Amino acid sequence: MSFRDWYRIDRLPTIYCVGCGNGTVINCTLHAVDTLGWKWEETVFVSGIGCSSRAPGYIKTDSLHTTHGRALAFATGIKLARPDLHVVVFTGDGDLAAIGGNHFIHSCRRNVDMTVICMNNWIYGMTGGQGSPTTPRGAITTTTPYGSGEGVFDLSALAVVAGANHVARWTSYHVKELTRAIQTGLETPGFSLIEVLTQCPTAYGRRNKLRDVAETVEYLKDHAILLQKYNRLVQEGKPVPEDMFTVGEFIRRNRPAMGVPP
Amino acid sequence: MQGNTACAEGALAAGCRFFAGYPITPSTEVAEHMAVKLPKTKGVFIQMEDEIASIAAVIGASWTGARAMTATSGPGFSLMMENIGYAAMTETPCVIVNIQRGGPSTGQPTLGAQGDMLQCRFGSHGDYSIIALSPASVQEMFELTVKAFNLSERYRVPTFLMGDEIIGHMRERLTIPDSVEVIGRKKLDPGTMPFKAGGDDIPGFPVFGEGYGVHVTGLTHDERGYPATTNPKAHEKLVMRLVRKVESARKEIADYRVTSPDAEQVFVSYGAPTRTVHQVLHDRPKEEIGHLQLRVVWPFPEFALSEFPEAKSFLVPEMNLGQMAREMERHTDVPVIPIPKLGGELHTPDELVRALEGSR
Ligand SMILES: Cc1ncc(C[n+]2csc(CCOP(=O)(O)OP(=O)(O)O)c2C)c(N)n1
Ligand code: SF4
Repeated sequence: MSFRDWYRIDRLPTIYCVGCGNGTVINCTLHAVDTLGWKWEETVFVSGIGCSSRAPGYIKTDSLHTTHGRALAFATGIKLARPDLHVVVFTGDGDLAAIGGNHFIHSCRRNVDMTVICMNNWIYGMTGGQGSPTTPRGAITTTTPYGSGEGVFDLSALAVVAGANHVARWTSYHVKELTRAIQTGLETPGFSLIEVLTQCPTAYGRRNKLRDVAETVEYLKDHAILLQKYNRLVQEGKPVPEDMFTVGEFIRRNRPAMGVPP
Repeated sequence: MQGNTACAEGALAAGCRFFAGYPITPSTEVAEHMAVKLPKTKGVFIQMEDEIASIAAVIGASWTGARAMTATSGPGFSLMMENIGYAAMTETPCVIVNIQRGGPSTGQPTLGAQGDMLQCRFGSHGDYSIIALSPASVQEMFELTVKAFNLSERYRVPTFLMGDEIIGHMRERLTIPDSVEVIGRKKLDPGTMPFKAGGDDIPGFPVFGEGYGVHVTGLTHDERGYPATTNPKAHEKLVMRLVRKVESARKEIADYRVTSPDAEQVFVSYGAPTRTVHQVLHDRPKEEIGHLQLRVVWPFPEFALSEFPEAKSFLVPEMNLGQMAREMERHTDVPVIPIPKLGGELHTPDELVRALEGSR
């Protein structure tokens, strides 16, 4: 099989805007499951509500497109009832960290054996561009017309302290690294979060001087700093620019997990 | 045995393999009993982070083919509403036990009520139908839980066991039969579209992990299961079928008990107030007093009212302000007299007798 065989062809093209980063993330995910030789009959994709959460509808496995924020709770039911199935969740920053924040930390704590891929575009895309828990300070959204004044969640850091077995962050620029990270997530027993910073030209870029897709991807590349490099700079007491974010693997460990096949 | 434990035993007898819940008085004993028993029978028990997650996990488990259940009360029941609508829309079999307590809000955690009878029918947004049963004894907690699973699996609808604190915490003798009738869900024929129903309006179920490759969504969907959110015809067709598959089966689903069909005064009850009605009938053996006990409350069996052709009044004791009485009024020209009782205590026989005499 090739990753293309995982698509539900009769549902293409997707509803995504031209230049949306979500398609890249789906491609990387399907590459990863395909590389591992997983069978589509034994794989279930689950999601909540949002542009990102539409992803399972384009994949030919069994899939459950649920309610806003609750995907992880539904996925927990599937995985505990049928540990032999592979469970992969697509979610967005609003879905995972705002309305679904409680399920997020508790799924990490339980360390339920699933891989969660969060398309973090700093915005509520589907509803037209409202602020999310990851909207950067100062960013313009329809609900922060004078610039966001709220703090920002670091989703990966949250997953690490909450107990996930594997956590990595990449961007839609880093397709190779992202695909490898997803693969590691799929192979790691327990809860895995892959956070992908990705562009939403329509709802975010347009209002925040990131209208051009190529420029946005360039921006993501330029502002990503490898975790190891970041740690070195900090150790050496050197300054790290405020608008940089770390990428890489934050944790890989083997804490007791739930729903691991026997 | 206690009513709540009998409910859990009923679930186990019916083949329940998955329970997810969050503690809340007066329903907690259901979860606690499942926590003890399920792991011993290769089942799964999990305490979730809230009731929203509990019903979500139950629905997820159900898609793997497992018979799945949750139990809660007032505040937790309110939290479940969005996902109950999801279960209705996606036609997911699941059993929701509500051991009712006094509301609104945190209300009376330790006392009984029947204030959620309309919420269980209409609590989630949009039009849909559900099935609800109401036990009046420990034995019925067992029997009707079994029945709730069978109805839920057969009709692919969320099904409610609408108990109350009084029956949930009551201790009575329970006879557990050697075996109970267990009806499983009909499987989807391979090659058939997953949300295409036959004459009974109930599509076959495509169990996850069996190669169906089904897409399940709470969005308005066509018979393939694909989103069709802006197609007015697809929406109407789907919602009408969701309602029809339950409402047109009202006679098959109905379960009620008739006493003295020739009576002019007829008590209509479900759940705990049934006990007081029994007491009144027992105390006045010489009078002809009718009694209709509804064991299935929704879909409302309006034809049951015609079992009393001589009826001059229907007296309806409820531990709410007349929720089912209001439904009855739609279906009969006979005067319906609500006998509401709030506060957590059961009606006394005297209160019912006074209403009876007042209606003559
Ligand atoms: C309970 C509930 N509240 C609100 C909504 C409306 N809603 C739909 S998608 C969405 C936000 C999605 O944002 P995100 O999860 O970041 O996904 P994106 O669209 O950006 O991929 C909201 C608020 C809903 N569907 N359900
Ligand atoms: S609104 Fe944003 S996230 Fe949604 S499809 Fe368009 S670009 Fe992608």
